[in-house]
Amino acid sequence: MGTVEDYVARIEEACGEEKHFIVIFKYDLKQQVITKILEKATVEKSISGIVSELTFGNISFRLYGTGKAIFRDLKNKEELQKILKSLLL
Amino acid sequence: MLDPYKIREDFPILRRKINDHQLIYFDNAATSQKPKQVIEAIREFYESCNANVHRAAYTLSQEASELYENAHEEVAKFINAEGIEEIVFVRGTTEAINLVAYAWGLHNLEEEDEVLITLMEHHSNIVPWEILSKINGFQIKYVEVNNDGTLNYESFEDAISRKTKIVCLSHVSNVTGVINNIKNITRVAHEYGALVLVDGAQSVPHLPVDVGDLDVDFFAFSGHKMLGPTGIGVLYGRRGVLKEMKPFHGGGSMIREVTFNTVTRRCSISFVDLPWKLEAGTPNIGGGVGLMAAVRYLKDIGMRNVKAHEEMLTEHAMRCMRECEKVSVYGPKNVSVKCGIIPFGVGGLTSHDVALFLDSYGIMIRSGFHCAQPLHEKFKLKSSARASFYIYNTREEIDRLVDVLKEIEQF
Repeated sequence: MGTVEDYVARIEEACGEEKHFIVIFKYDLKQQVITKILEKATVEKSISGIVSELTFGNISFRLYGTGKAIFRDLKNKEELQKILKSLLL
Repeated sequence: MLDPYKIREDFPILRRKINDHQLIYFDNAATSQKPKQVIEAIREFYESCNANVHRAAYTLSQEASELYENAHEEVAKFINAEGIEEIVFVRGTTEAINLVAYAWGLHNLEEEDEVLITLMEHHSNIVPWEILSKINGFQIKYVEVNNDGTLNYESFEDAISRKTKIVCLSHVSNVTGVINNIKNITRVAHEYGALVLVDGAQSVPHLPVDVGDLDVDFFAFSGHKMLGPTGIGVLYGRRGVLKEMKPFHGGGSMIREVTFNTVTRRCSISFVDLPWKLEAGTPNIGGGVGLMAAVRYLKDIGMRNVKAHEEMLTEHAMRCMRECEKVSVYGPKNVSVKCGIIPFGVGGLTSHDVALFLDSYGIMIRSGFHCAQPLHEKFKLKSSARASFYIYNTREEIDRLVDVLKEIEQF
């Protein structure tokens, strides 16, 4: 089963008025992570290999081919952790 | 004019690929890359001259002391200070401003006094004064910024009075690149008997700076934004003002004597001369050596050439960015009033999305508040993307940035 930390290298709380989180997935697992997320979330639009706009429940986020994602307007880090758990585990 | 293609050969990091693309580094307002001459100077110091400085009799320490003092000398000449007594090495601009706040402000600012700060300041020129005002009880007045990001000089003249003891402002805004007219400010401030502290973090690396001509009392800047290593910076202080100041940190290196009185059972302390009185403890000697190499590198190029190159890049970038449908450039459109910093947004995307998208193409820019939240609030911006240029950037890199921005617009 594993943990979220198995896949995540860093979480940055983005600087700015918006409550955004930038998640940087572990480089050597990025393809595995992208595949997992794309299986669970709905693709709204994408530029192939570069970025996908996704929804998961009532959360929208963008996933980049570089293995980074930005989750927008979340309440806090705990909410992010719950979403990542649902997406990755 | 400088030749950026030749200069690029000195920067090993620029050969890197990121996300399968050639690295394009446009976050120079945050920190600059380092030429091999700086890297080599630091390596050479640790390989052949490393020892602690001052008050040692042995050869290696004398060599290290000489190098460290030469670094002060080189910096003094670079900004036209009167001598090394006016050059205090610190960790960076933030520490330099904190030094002034605590070594001067703590002892000279009282309840009825006022400190003027502009709304375009980096947090490092706001936070120390706000903290200190809670201790000493003095007032802080904020000088307005115009809608195009330039300083509102009328607001400054309205705010200043005989109660003003110090005016704190940046030479160049780290968000918009706006160059403030420091000579104008110092002339008025001195008429009212106020000192002037200038945050030069974004000016010293990018344009010629003459502290004598500007007539400033304090001038702070960082080594790492001007090709030098991190952890070394400079506080210039007018000799007479520094001389009157109390020490910032206490410890070794900054004392002449610490004598123990057997009757009072307390120590009496006397301090050494400037600038060492304000440099307690073992300093960042290797950092000083690296900064000296960086200054020499910039002097060889010529600061007028640096400024001209960045002006050319900024003009080109702003012209090309205007071709983008959804890109908004913030701040003044007139390149002659600013340095090579361009804050911008792309309609429908957050600044962080823009940065992540560009990162996919190996283009490094910054996103967020850039430690200047009050200015973003003034502009009613939740955050901004920022591209900032330096001597090794080229027109082709800017063309690439604009091509990718046009792709982002399609998303």
